[in-house]
Amino acid sequence: MSARAHILAKLTASHDQPGWPDPVALKTNPPRTINAADQLAQLKTMMAAAHTEIHEVSSENWPEKVAELTQAKNLNNLLIAPKTALGKQLQAQWPVDGVTLKYDLHHSGGKEELFFSVDAALTSCRSAIAESGSLVLWPSPAEPRLMSLVPPVHFVLLDAHNIYPSLAEVMQAENWAAAMPSNALLISGPSKTADIQQTLAYGAHGPKELVLLIMV
Amino acid sequence: MKTEILHNFTSRSRAATADEAQRGKFRSAMDFLIAKRAAQFPDPTEWAELRESGQQIRQRALAYLPKLLVQFEQKAQQNGMTVHWAETPLEANQIIHGILQRQQVRTLIKGKSMVSEEIELNQYLQAHSIQALESDMGEFIVQMADEKPSHIIMPAIHKSKQEIAALFAAEIDDTPYTEDVDELIQIGRQALRQQFFNADAGLSGVNFAIAETGTLCLVENEGNGRLSTSCPRVHIAITGIEKMLENLADLPTLLTLLTRSATGQPITTYVNLISGPRRADEQDGPEEVHIVLLDNGRSQAYADVQLRQTLQCIRCGACMNHCPVYTRIGGHAYGTTYPGPIGSIISPHLLGLAETRDLPSASTLCGACGDVCPVKIPIPELLLRLRVENVTRAGTKDHPAVMRGQGAKYRLSEKLAWQAWSLLNTTPALSLASRRSAAGLRHLIPSVKAWTQARVMPKIAPQSLHELIKAHQEQKS
Repeated sequence: MSARAHILAKLTASHDQPGWPDPVALKTNPPRTINAADQLAQLKTMMAAAHTEIHEVSSENWPEKVAELTQAKNLNNLLIAPKTALGKQLQAQWPVDGVTLKYDLHHSGGKEELFFSVDAALTSCRSAIAESGSLVLWPSPAEPRLMSLVPPVHFVLLDAHNIYPSLAEVMQAENWAAAMPSNALLISGPSKTADIQQTLAYGAHGPKELVLLIMV
Repeated sequence: MKTEILHNFTSRSRAATADEAQRGKFRSAMDFLIAKRAAQFPDPTEWAELRESGQQIRQRALAYLPKLLVQFEQKAQQNGMTVHWAETPLEANQIIHGILQRQQVRTLIKGKSMVSEEIELNQYLQAHSIQALESDMGEFIVQMADEKPSHIIMPAIHKSKQEIAALFAAEIDDTPYTEDVDELIQIGRQALRQQFFNADAGLSGVNFAIAETGTLCLVENEGNGRLSTSCPRVHIAITGIEKMLENLADLPTLLTLLTRSATGQPITTYVNLISGPRRADEQDGPEEVHIVLLDNGRSQAYADVQLRQTLQCIRCGACMNHCPVYTRIGGHAYGTTYPGPIGSIISPHLLGLAETRDLPSASTLCGACGDVCPVKIPIPELLLRLRVENVTRAGTKDHPAVMRGQGAKYRLSEKLAWQAWSLLNTTPALSLASRRSAAGLRHLIPSVKAWTQARVMPKIAPQSLHELIKAHQEQKS
């Protein structure tokens, strides 16, 4: 008998033994209506507590803010997704003296540059979760997984209209269970570790800085 | 073999309790984790409701376990992943080795996985000329020191920053001695970055596997888990068969219970939900995702409804953080992959009770582990049950075979002594006679040196309470 058949046979032989509690369905709470301003405030509090740098921007001026921050942080370059609406707007408004923009490094030839020369990347995010202070990212062909992971600084642009109270509510509202992407992420701050004597250090393997731009 | 194991645990724990520096490290680390967790559950009503819900979700998943495993396999396959089944650590190692061989992989980069420790994957691969490199900072340190993790969440908890500074300076090229934690972490980051860049395959554990969608959920703070699972062209995930959840909607409750209980965080930096390899139009992510489902004694625990509760565990480590025994002896003294209270109730299923016979007694039964368990596993009750299995031989009257190594501590003399005790205390005439003789012989009780070093030797009173009351009543009348 195969390992599969053997394991399943053992489990099936004992799974309905008397004495195990009857299954209880998950209690689902009705979606809450929480004041948008309160949600935004909670998101900011939670994310700031997890060492995220937060700026409020408008849908018109955010590229200027990114340009200003990249210069203030002395970054040499910024990786963007050129074909998304966000990438197009950024390029159109990018100042002539702005840092170098990088694109298309996800093929094997660009990987070395991505790993060792890119200072920062900018991505969008689908939504955010106020309760835990989390950003929801579904990496896509235009914004691959490594964009939000490999460069030392990660800029994220969030539309304040897309803040949900909790993970349960965002999953339900967007019906995630119907079609999961190959990768879905919650990001709740910069990379960190407390593995050496419980001392918190940022930038363990992922970005050392997470910069959140909220379009309000 | 029998005495060796006994001797090992006893001598290891004795050595550990005598090591004041190590005890200090564990004490301060546990105090830190206890305080952080407590701050996350300020409202006792919310805590009670949340863990009730967590318990129900895990118990429902276990009630449906065989069905959920099949459903998970089907969904994962539809999503383009490959599912493997292993009954033993050897089978799991062979499966993983086989995948790496087919892909001609020489270096495997690893995210944190306790199941890979359980099967001793690194050692197996090394014997087959494949290097497995740990990338979680704690695991990286422990591997470099050629040790094993001493805690399931914080593997290098037994090492001071001075020890780590010396280790890095000695083992990593061009590294000066520094006790600055930020600098040490940056040294680790640089050392591993090239490895992530080069690695052809990555291995991870699994925190939850969701049957409804065929999704793997991984939580972490460092980003090494994400790198291990999204950078190399092959991703292998290994998990115990008990990690299934029925629905995606079950996840939020357990996620918050896990991260708040484990490290006192409202959520970890990253929650990574993987439902398949890269799709045709995607530019990164693994081309192949393999999932290894490991039994290794879990189906034995499953077969008994009381012991099945062991499998509710979500591996937060809160029970060890709150355990007075773990805090004093540390993780290595247990000699098993999973230390502390959860280790004492799961290891007997993984390794057999004969090999782990001392673990059910490595507890004061203070109850702290059960009180903090986010999925309400009655750990003290299960420790007591294993103590019974330890001294009861399988196949005797009224006692079926329950587990491998059952009856490991059975001794006829002990059994007869308890039978005599029972008889003595259920027969009034014998009981009275024994008390009288105890009072008469009270001066003959030998001294117990270890006990009396710090205590006064108790003496049996010349007259029993029974006799004193009788005399008092006679006097009154």
